[in-house]
Parts: sequence; structure tokens; C-alpha cells
Amino acid sequence: MIPGSFSYHRPASVADAVKLLSDLGEDARPLAGGHSLVPMMKLRLATPAHLIDLHGIAALKGIRRDGQNLVIGAMTTQHELLASDDVARSMPILHEAALLIADPQVRYRGTIGGNVANGDPGNDMPALMMTLGATYRLEGPGGSRDVAATDFYQGAYFTALEPGEILTSVSVPVPAAGHGYAYEKLKRKVGDYATAAAAVVLTMAGGKVATCSIGLTNVHETPLLAADAAKAVIGTSLDAATLKKVAAAAEAIMAPAADARGPVEYRKHVGGVMVTRALQRAASVAK
Amino acid sequence: MAKTHVTMKVNGAEVEGLVEPRTLLVHFIRENLQMTGTHIGCETTHCGACTVDIDGMSVKSCTMFAVQAQGSDITTVEGMANADGTLSALQEGFRMMHGLQCGFCTPGMIVRAHRLLKENPSPSEQEIRMGISGNICRCTGYQNIVKAIQYAAAKINGVEFREAAE
Repeated sequence: MIPGSFSYHRPASVADAVKLLSDLGEDARPLAGGHSLVPMMKLRLATPAHLIDLHGIAALKGIRRDGQNLVIGAMTTQHELLASDDVARSMPILHEAALLIADPQVRYRGTIGGNVANGDPGNDMPALMMTLGATYRLEGPGGSRDVAATDFYQGAYFTALEPGEILTSVSVPVPAAGHGYAYEKLKRKVGDYATAAAAVVLTMAGGKVATCSIGLTNVHETPLLAADAAKAVIGTSLDAATLKKVAAAAEAIMAPAADARGPVEYRKHVGGVMVTRALQRAASVAK
Repeated sequence: MAKTHVTMKVNGAEVEGLVEPRTLLVHFIRENLQMTGTHIGCETTHCGACTVDIDGMSVKSCTMFAVQAQGSDITTVEGMANADGTLSALQEGFRMMHGLQCGFCTPGMIVRAHRLLKENPSPSEQEIRMGISGNICRCTGYQNIVKAIQYAAAKINGVEFREAAE
């Protein structure tokens, strides 16, 4: 399988990339790790006339601290996230989730920016970024702006990105010390997208849940924040009745597609199971 | 579409060629360089048969354009043997442990296992299995591939290889 013809551009700065995207218009696509776009191009489901490869832009790489946030350059690969001691120490759920993305080869190339910006409901990072309260930096012809992950996703492959804009970094607030976390992902095999997955970040106080955030992957055309479900666990010790109620609240907002991963009812059911398991595991590791 | 001149290092030798931007790296390696050890399996980034080592990373060469490899340092399965031409520890492991049947996945398996052992010279069985999870074999059931990598790890570390009890 051979992709359609295109012109290749490799800008050295964000400003140059934005200018290319603006000048070339709708026929141009930015290229990050390429592990979603290139297969789509080989299948001719994507036929961009211009590819703007972001690999030449050093400013899009790296992980740094900015006060209470970790700021991760868009072209930082999943492999680099996994190699980061700061991520493993201060944001272990990010490490855990990155390890569940695709396979080792894909993680050497796949980037956090591509993962969150593509708008693919099957990607793992979007729901996690919503759970962690992350913000995306978008840069375009009119300057830069910050958009909360919770406001970014509008539909499958539809996001808040405007023409000419690229996502340049994600800023993730470091969760409280001693927080509990878990990313539970059901998949048919290693490397697959989730049949359903749930991210939980919580804090405990005196054996009861003090704060809680729950995100859901691949059970809707966008990633979801299960706000009602999260609210229902506050003040509880995650007893059986609460967990049942919370799973039901999460399932109520799911609207997965029926596909090779299973029928709608099954995917909603296992979505609820993922929420339950993630809550229990998160509580067990909270201090 | 205008062709682009690319240069890169493959198995220690400087190579060059003219490619269209859409030329996939695996096609450049197989067709321009006539090095057919790197295989094309699924063409959809799943199977790992096309894995090559690029600047210290295992990469599926069907999912990268040759123009993106400009200036990089690539090792393919043809570059896996020892400098004197004898089999590397990994190649010997695959031979001794019968780590292949049809052999189609083997180039990708060996190139991937090479990087895995560079990053983690003493992997557990679980780490080996996760480490080669981007490489699909439809013959062996992986058992002997895992043993081949364990054999190589033992040889590299200078310890005796013992097969785990079944």
C-alpha cells in the first residue's frame, strides 16, 4: 500500500509550521508521530496534498516543570514519557496509561500531541488529560491560546483546533501528594484500542474519598468526564452499593459504537466494570 | 512529484537515493537499496515484520517516510551479525532455540529484540513478551522466540542459559 502523492515540508519553528498550514489551507496536514495518519494515507482514507512534518521543531520536545504543572511538548513521544522520572514520580497514571498505548515500536514514534489532538475517541490520552485537568496550548496565525482538555473535544476527529492552528504543548497540573490513581483498559489484545477504559484520580481522607475525577475512553464519540459518577463517590468508602451506583452513573453517559469490539450493551457494561476496578485500585494506592 | 535526494547510514554504510516524499522507508530499503531482509507484512503498523533500528529506536519502517530518515543511522537485520560475520548472540539464540518456523517475522523479531536487550540486558519473561508485543508471529506461539531472547540475554551477560521448567 502506497500513499497518494504529497509535498513534504519540514519547518524548523512553530511560526514556520503555522505559516505553512495557513498558507496551504485545508490540503495541508501536520505530521507528528504519523502512526494514525500514515496508515490512513496508505489506505487512501486521508489524501493530504501537503504534509508538514513537525519533527524538525526542537521547541516541541521535552518535559519541564512550570510551578505546579508539568508542561509536555507536543512532539514528546510516549517512549520519552515512559523514560521520564518526573512523570513516573509525580504523575504515575500518565506512565501507566502510556505503557498501555499500542506497542513498543509505536511508542517510540507516537507523540502525546498527536494522541490528544487527533480527536480519535479510541486514543487513551484525551480522557486522561480531562481527568487530570490538563490544558492544551494552541498556536495559530492569530497567536496562541489555551484550551482546557474538557472543552477541546467536539466529536469524533472534531476538536477546538481552528484552521492553521497546531497544538504545541499540554500543561498538566501535578496531582496532590498521596493521591490514588488507576487507568483500567479492557482491550482484545496488546496494542488494541480500548473496548472501554476508565481513568481515576482521587484523594482519600480518613478512609473516605475526598476528591475524585473519572475519565472514560472509547465509549462515546468523544472522551468523557464522568462528573456525576465522580460526585457520587465523594464522602464514601467505596462500599459495594456506592460502586454499583457509580458504575450505573458512568454507564448512563456512555454511547459507544457497536463494532468489532462488541455490541453497545457489552461495551457499556464493561465500561462500568472499568470504572469500578479503577476506583478500587486507585483507593488502594492512595495514601 | 519531484523527487528528493536523501542520505542516511544503513548498517554502517553511507547510502543515498532519490525518493518521492510518499516513498515509505521500508520500500526505500527493499527496492532502492535492494536489502530485502526487512519484510513487509501487514502494511498497517500492526505486525512488526518491517521493524528496523533508527537512531536507537525500534521503528516500523512501513509507517515512516524515507524523507523522514534523512541523516539517520539505521540498522536492519542484515546488520545484526557480529563484525567478523559470525552469528550474534540473538541470531544464535534463534537458531539454537528454534525461534522460528516460517521465518517471515524473524527479521523484525531480531531487530526489535536487539533494542530490547540494549535497553534492558536482563529482561524477565514478562518483559520480553511485552517488549516484543509489537511483533506478530503466526507460527511459533512465541514460546521459542522468548527462549531465543533469553538465550541471547544469558550469552551477552556471560551466564549459563537454563530453560525454565515447563
